[in-house]
Amino acid sequence: MLEIKDLHAGFEGTEILKGISLSINKGETHAIMGPNGSGKSTLAKILSGHPSYEVFSGEVIYEGKNLLDLSAEDRSLAGVFMGFQYPVEIPGVNNAEFLRMAYNARLVNEGKDELDPLDFDDILQEKMDLLGMENKYKERNCNDGFSGGEKKKNEILQMAILKPALSVLDETDSGLDIDALRVVANGVNKLNNENNALILITHYQRLLDYIKPDFVHVLSHGKIIKSGGKELAHELEAQGYDWLTTTN
Amino acid sequence: MESKDNSVSEALDNEYKYGFVTDVESDTFAKGLNEEVVRAISKKKKEPEFMLNFRLKAYEKWLTMKEPVWPNVQYPPIDFQNISYYSEPKQKKKLDSLDEVDPEILNTFEKLGIPLEEQKKLANVAVDAVFDSVSVATTHKKKLMEVGIIFCPISEALNDYPELIEEYLGTVVPVGDNFYAALNSAVFTDGSFVYIPPDTISPMEISTYFRINTEETGQFERTLIICAENSYVSYLEGCTAPQFDTNQLHAAVVELVTLDNAEIKYSTVQNWYAGDPETGKGGIYNFVTKRGKCQGEKSKISWTQVETGSAITWKYPSCILQGDGSVGEFYSVALTNGHMQADTGTKMMHIGKNTRSSIISKGISADHSSNSYRGLVRVGKSATNARNYTQCDSMLVGDQSSAHTFPYIETGNSSLQIEHEASTSKISEEQLFYFEQRGISRENAIATIINGFCKDVFKQLPMEFAVEAQKLLTLKLENSVG
Ligand SMILES: Nc1ncnc2c1ncn2[C@@H]1O[C@H](COP(=O)(O)OP(=O)(O)OP(=O)(O)O)[C@@H](O)[C@H]1O
Ligand SMILES: [Mg+2]
Repeated sequence: MLEIKDLHAGFEGTEILKGISLSINKGETHAIMGPNGSGKSTLAKILSGHPSYEVFSGEVIYEGKNLLDLSAEDRSLAGVFMGFQYPVEIPGVNNAEFLRMAYNARLVNEGKDELDPLDFDDILQEKMDLLGMENKYKERNCNDGFSGGEKKKNEILQMAILKPALSVLDETDSGLDIDALRVVANGVNKLNNENNALILITHYQRLLDYIKPDFVHVLSHGKIIKSGGKELAHELEAQGYDWLTTTN
Repeated sequence: MESKDNSVSEALDNEYKYGFVTDVESDTFAKGLNEEVVRAISKKKKEPEFMLNFRLKAYEKWLTMKEPVWPNVQYPPIDFQNISYYSEPKQKKKLDSLDEVDPEILNTFEKLGIPLEEQKKLANVAVDAVFDSVSVATTHKKKLMEVGIIFCPISEALNDYPELIEEYLGTVVPVGDNFYAALNSAVFTDGSFVYIPPDTISPMEISTYFRINTEETGQFERTLIICAENSYVSYLEGCTAPQFDTNQLHAAVVELVTLDNAEIKYSTVQNWYAGDPETGKGGIYNFVTKRGKCQGEKSKISWTQVETGSAITWKYPSCILQGDGSVGEFYSVALTNGHMQADTGTKMMHIGKNTRSSIISKGISADHSSNSYRGLVRVGKSATNARNYTQCDSMLVGDQSSAHTFPYIETGNSSLQIEHEASTSKISEEQLFYFEQRGISRENAIATIINGFCKDVFKQLPMEFAVEAQKLLTLKLENSVG
């Protein structure tokens, strides 16, 4: 489903990703771990088409298409979702309305009719129940004044509503309390199936106890320095990154 | 990042779609202004004596006055002798019905989205359409007349209801109030007159559309609305002009009067041609004096404006809160882009006891434009327990625009309660990316953020107007980026 080949990328001429290759199949969950500043969020932004970042060389093939040729909007419509590490606040824009716009953009793209607020509310309500979110998050403005954890939940709510084929969740676990983490992880697990794939960027083993990854990759200084199975995360938790960078 | 910021502002540009000129023969005075011209206008309109004297007095005053220099706008000096002060679409006789209006003019209004014919039938808005200086069609007159409401061109009112005009005209905006008001008082050619008799709720919204068609004519319309005891009216005003390289002057005066327990809600969507977005050439100079007087107790005047056009806007819809317990409101959205300059705001003059005012101003500036809010809250000695709430928000789009706020408070009374809130924000690239990442286009994202920003003002507008205002802002965003 996703094939990243020798990707060199960064921003303003600075190379941050220094040759990343990664292959992801449908139904798989890949965890990406690595020290602060190693380029994890940069990879997520490159995949989702953030305009401030540039690709110097390499390829990204998604469902047979050159992903890098698509605009951010088209990537989203093609099923690529990013859960932001730091979701931005959108004052003045009602959260439920924002979600409906995003949902309708997909419907229109598929040649279907848009949903009115009432019909959309049925879908929204179901997903909010799934994530144990209170109704007030419909009425509030999108992320505006949300706590760190509330913002992260709101990201997963969007994911639940948009049902993307490929989700890149950038440190969704950071900021969530213990109960919220469980609820969100359960929510994500319910969305997982053999037709979609998940990239989980995280610092903590704890998330991976709930959402079991098929692969774990360690990113350091813009390169994947180690890949392995779920047990790699345990080793990292126990020993930190030093043993990897020094033994390599 | 920077180049992207520019593209945000590019998205705000769009070609002005009302920039066409209508081909009708018109009867236009030679350029220039002197006493003879003032007399000629009055004569052309067959006005009563008092009106001529009013004009002459204003003209005298005007001669002694200077253009204001305090607004935060810049423009080359206007040559007042290079403007024609009267232009009338040529027509043989007085019109009895819409069918006799030059079809070209009706087409124009139709292009502007105001099908008079349809409105005449469809019914919830009565329209007075002012083309250059002359009112060409007023709809729904009969229906309004049945409940005693007078709605007609002011030139007609001067002949049919001279005593009402004489009693109220110039009582809110005196002839010598300011340079442009004096000029208007001397040379105004038409505009609308509305009188709501006591105990009457207007059965429909009343509306005027202004259109400047001829190059190098000024438009000086005059509006007078009187709302008698326990009555209510909602009045809408819309404006457009064709696209010329030269600047055109629009110096209107609007006066509102409310008697005891009466309420006037006055809404404007202004979209005059703003000049070339690249060079700043051409466009309307919109120098307008709008003021309402809450003369009666517990009366209310509410101004709502959506200002999206004009090369220069200089406009402060104000309220004189004279009656005890009267209420003044000002809700404003001012969008500037290209090289537009706007200096707009309000004045709330508290005179009566327990008077209240609220001001909500939303300024959006993009490109090279400059957007200033200027507001004055003045509380007199007699105005005990006056209250004011002011909220002033600015939104910047791109790095080259500017926003300024000039709030003034003058109080002669210690019992004033005042609350002031202000904010400045920016549409950030991160916000737009967030929308795009969710599959929402950049244009939609900008429109949504801006509509959200303006929500508190839009919800004050009558339904149809709110939709129009939203469309207008979105339209300004239409020429999108890739
Ligand atoms: N927009 C930006 N402006 C300036 N520097 C940036 C920007 N984006 C990324 N960087 C730099 O690129 C490097 C990689 O950043 P990135 O956000 O990808 O790290 P990360 O692996 O996600 O780190 P963390 O675990 O702390 O989230 C860092 O040195 C960071 O400072
Ligand atoms: Mg990160």
